[in-house]
Amino acid sequence: MTSNTVSDSQKKHIVIVGNGMVGYKFCEKLLKKNDKGDFRITIFGEETRPAYDRVHLSAYFEDSSEEDLQLAPIEWYKENGIELHTGELITELDRDNQTVTSQKGRTVSYDKLILATGSSAFVPPIPGVEKKGVFVYRTIEDLDAITNYAKKASKAAVIGGGLLGLEAAKSAMDLGLETSVIEFAPRLMPRQLDEIGAQALKSALEDFNLEILLNKNTKQIAGNGTPEYLDFADGERLDADMVIISAGIRPRDELAKKADLEVGERGGIVVNDRMETNDPNIFAIGESALHRGMIYGLVAPGYEMADVVVENLTGGDEEFTEFDMSTKLKLVGVDVASFGDAFGETEENSKKVIIDNKAKGVYKRINISEDGKRLLGGMLVGDADDYNMLLQIAKNGFSLPPDPIDLIIGERDGETGAGQKVYDFPDDSIICSCESVTKGEICSLIEEEGMEDIDSIKGCTKAGTGCSGCVPMLDDLITQSMKARGKEVRKVICEHFDYTRQELYDLIKVKEIHTYDELLDEHGTGNGCEKCKPAVASLLASAFNEHVLKDRDTIQDTNDRFLANIQRGGTYSVIPRVPGGEITPDKLITIGQLAKKYGLYTKITGGQRINMMGARVDQLPNIWEELIEAGFESGHAYGKALRTVKSCVGSTWCRYGLHESVSFAIEIEERYRGLRAPHKLKGGVSGCVRECAEAQAKDFGIIATEEGWNLFVCGNGGTNPQHARLLATDLDEETLIKYLDRFLMFYIKTAEHLNRTSTWLNKMDGGLDYLKKVVVEDSLGIGEELEQEMQQLINVYACEWTEVVNDPELRKRFTHFVNSEDADPSLKFKDYREQKVPAPAGWEKDSK
Amino acid sequence: MQTTQNVNQWFKAAKVEDFPKNGGACVKYKDQQIAVFNFSRRGEWYACQNMCPHKKEMALARGMIGESENEPKVACPFHKKAFSLQSGENINGEEEAVTTYPVKVEDGYVYIGLS
Ligand code: SRM
Ligand SMILES: Cc1cc2nc3c(=O)[nH]c(=O)nc-3n(C[C@H](O)[C@H](O)[C@H](O)COP(=O)(O)OP(=O)(O)OC[C@H]3O[C@@H](n4cnc5c(N)ncnc54)[C@H](O)[C@@H]3O)c2cc1C
Ligand code: SF4
Ligand code: FES
Repeated sequence: MTSNTVSDSQKKHIVIVGNGMVGYKFCEKLLKKNDKGDFRITIFGEETRPAYDRVHLSAYFEDSSEEDLQLAPIEWYKENGIELHTGELITELDRDNQTVTSQKGRTVSYDKLILATGSSAFVPPIPGVEKKGVFVYRTIEDLDAITNYAKKASKAAVIGGGLLGLEAAKSAMDLGLETSVIEFAPRLMPRQLDEIGAQALKSALEDFNLEILLNKNTKQIAGNGTPEYLDFADGERLDADMVIISAGIRPRDELAKKADLEVGERGGIVVNDRMETNDPNIFAIGESALHRGMIYGLVAPGYEMADVVVENLTGGDEEFTEFDMSTKLKLVGVDVASFGDAFGETEENSKKVIIDNKAKGVYKRINISEDGKRLLGGMLVGDADDYNMLLQIAKNGFSLPPDPIDLIIGERDGETGAGQKVYDFPDDSIICSCESVTKGEICSLIEEEGMEDIDSIKGCTKAGTGCSGCVPMLDDLITQSMKARGKEVRKVICEHFDYTRQELYDLIKVKEIHTYDELLDEHGTGNGCEKCKPAVASLLASAFNEHVLKDRDTIQDTNDRFLANIQRGGTYSVIPRVPGGEITPDKLITIGQLAKKYGLYTKITGGQRINMMGARVDQLPNIWEELIEAGFESGHAYGKALRTVKSCVGSTWCRYGLHESVSFAIEIEERYRGLRAPHKLKGGVSGCVRECAEAQAKDFGIIATEEGWNLFVCGNGGTNPQHARLLATDLDEETLIKYLDRFLMFYIKTAEHLNRTSTWLNKMDGGLDYLKKVVVEDSLGIGEELEQEMQQLINVYACEWTEVVNDPELRKRFTHFVNSEDADPSLKFKDYREQKVPAPAGWEKDSK
Repeated sequence: MQTTQNVNQWFKAAKVEDFPKNGGACVKYKDQQIAVFNFSRRGEWYACQNMCPHKKEMALARGMIGESENEPKVACPFHKKAFSLQSGENINGEEEAVTTYPVKVEDGYVYIGLS
């Protein structure tokens, strides 16, 4: 809150036109400098909602929550004394009287005016752009309109093959449309990529089923009222019933122009290095500002401009000079980055070093100074993991390895290429470019304030909160800085246990500790929290496979506590095990009848089984009782446990099948059912290389060969998809199971909590080679021990739902109230495509 | 606030053993839902509204309890927003605080203090 040292009338009135990303950032930065309350702030936005994160606009398609995109809620403006007017376009600027007027007729006077009007999508004058079904891609409204229209469309054309065009194409594909991108130039992203890079990107995108048309000049968008096809100058034609135009941006300088402020020939409000327009009381920042002939179409320079103006308004003297336009993006699913002097054109005789790995769809190019001592810049397509490192090396002029190709060779098993460590960077090197946070600032928090986790550093500096590209470097900085101070780096679980997961596992096993309280009393401090409780619960389950609710229900994560996944509104899902995806007609009928009886919504899951959703907590034991009677058992869909082993139909039916994949999948699923691990586990068995079970996307995947089975490990779909790696070939079933036992048990014993097998492998010293040695060659001599430990877990397996159903004490916990039989009265459902789905009050607005 | 001073009425909720150890359960009082926690490791009882301010889910009673730097808290089962069981404040975010209630145990019964 501002203190009242300055009376309202003495306060300078700062008025901002445009409540977009940069306008918002400006407020945030000015507030920080406004402790004395020298300023009063008013901000106008044309859009109906307060500023949101346009950079992550496409995410809106994925989780459709406006709230997540919001940069700050409306209350934030209020709490900080900012007068916010949304849905008000400023149409008049009277420089003589220092006032602005909105289209609603509201006039306010300003002491200083900030124009943060951004830009709009440029729409080229192609005949037909006015048709219904032709869109641009800039605002939440645009996205809503596109989503709606896409319901009746089937084929989209995106005009423009730049960064935004490709992003729009991704969204069109996600909406289920067949999509083509049309680029005028002979290659994609001509400003960021060279010919080979653009070619690599094109083939990678085509692998995602995106059609790319180059050298295409669109002559018209034809159709009767709505688009039907596009005609090109070369006489070709493309069918499309929806069109998204993404042909560049146009700075919104109309207000400035009207008030006779200087604007550029091709648009943009002209500013000097202090971000002043030719009227010293008016500044322009963000995408509407034309600085030294340049419009910056990225958010980071806009933030920097905001910073410059705030400094200059609060007595400082800052200048915006040039800005690094390096970027890293994920386009459709392909990493693309360019940094520094990407084309090697700033210095004479610079040399380029290139890796063009067509088999992997990876292209990397770096430009080196003539003397081979400095990295000037480069571009990466298909694999941009080295981006941050390379950017820092280029920016800070670090010396290079003798053979610069080592910089981009990337990760080989167990060794990293880049060699440079963030920790060796000078203190003033920028680690987070979005928020301009230096290595020095971060290290002083770690070293002087004792901050040792990423979240606190994020909270303090905002580093990592923008594009999150620097998060891996933050992690490295913490680890290395702790190591440097001789502090042991151990990923301890939380403040209550000074042990790593692996150490706790050993303690539990060796001392035979069976309860959380005992472990905490003997080896921990305090009374626990939501981090250590589920971690220990998982360890206890992995160590002894005892029932997860007996004496330990309150340390289980919520899904384990009720043996079902909690869902919006507070109901639960029921997923019985269907090993290998094979199910009898009778069992299908049981599921159908049960779902009808309890009014449950049914859906086939991505794991080849059936989900019944919308069960109340008090119904769960009754539903399971009936399921168990019909021969079902728990599917552990709620646990960090073995989920499914998917299978294809295999040699019994399929004309290509080499072996019986269904039988083998069932055998394996039943072997490991109920096995609890640091994270969930999934498997797959395919009858031949056509791989219909997607086994290579699983934690373990088995694929039939002429001679036997190939075993793949450590793959997953999910957030960071990764293909499984080949561990051993042509195995007989017995050997395969032996290797699997060892592999799974080794994972359970050594991985950190909530690390999938892929993450575990990625962190493993020595990588796949090491894992092969341990599992296949038994280099540590622990093979037999691992097999025995696995066998013990398998021996004590029992279906946990069966036990609950038969135990009145456990059943009692499945009620909503302790003092009433009533169900939760706040549960509400609505009809939806002939089934029922939850409609609780709390999230009506984002559940459309 | 957790003071017993302005309690007008003690609502008799349920027996002590109806509540899981180191965990919570939901109590119905007229139209209200109140989450009551038996923090037996500390020998303390707490109560707060059952509705999580984040997405308005009726869920806090099913949350996991614990402490950070000695402050007792409950983490919502939905997205793990944690609320202090003393002040009701959101510890790891900017949600509104939850209302907390005093709790007393007498003759094997748990009572919630209402004002
Ligand atoms: C029901 C289902 C979606 C569907 O209708 O198809 C589903 C639903 C959920 N998934 Fe999933 N996943 C389902 C298949 C998948 C698949 C596909 C598959 O298994 O082949 C994947 C990608 C493959 C993989 O895991 O590698 C998948 C990747 C995830 C992830 C990301 C994991 C990761 O490593 O990145 C999560 C989040 C997590 O586990 O932390 C997740 C988490 C969830 C949760 C449990 C989220 C939650 O905590 O509430 C969802 C529970 C809904 C519910 O109430 O039941 N789900 N989920 C599928 C259940 C399969 C089953 O029969 O058990
Ligand atoms: C789909 C998409 C993806 C993107 N991806 C990236 C990325 O990965 N990385 C990156 O750096 N950048 C990205 N950008 C660009 C980034 O979003 C912009 O650089 C940034 O939003 C510019 O901020 P701004 O405040 O200048 O403009 P805006 O965010 O456009 O805000 C300007 C606001 O001012 C309002 N306004 C205009 N005139 C008036 C008026 N007269 N009165 C009142 N209000 C007015 C507008 O309605 C608008 O709300 C992306 C953009 C899009 C559309
Ligand atoms: S089911 Fe899986 S992919 Fe779908 S919303 Fe839930 S977690 Fe996300
Ligand atoms: S509903 Fe409670 S944390 Fe989201």
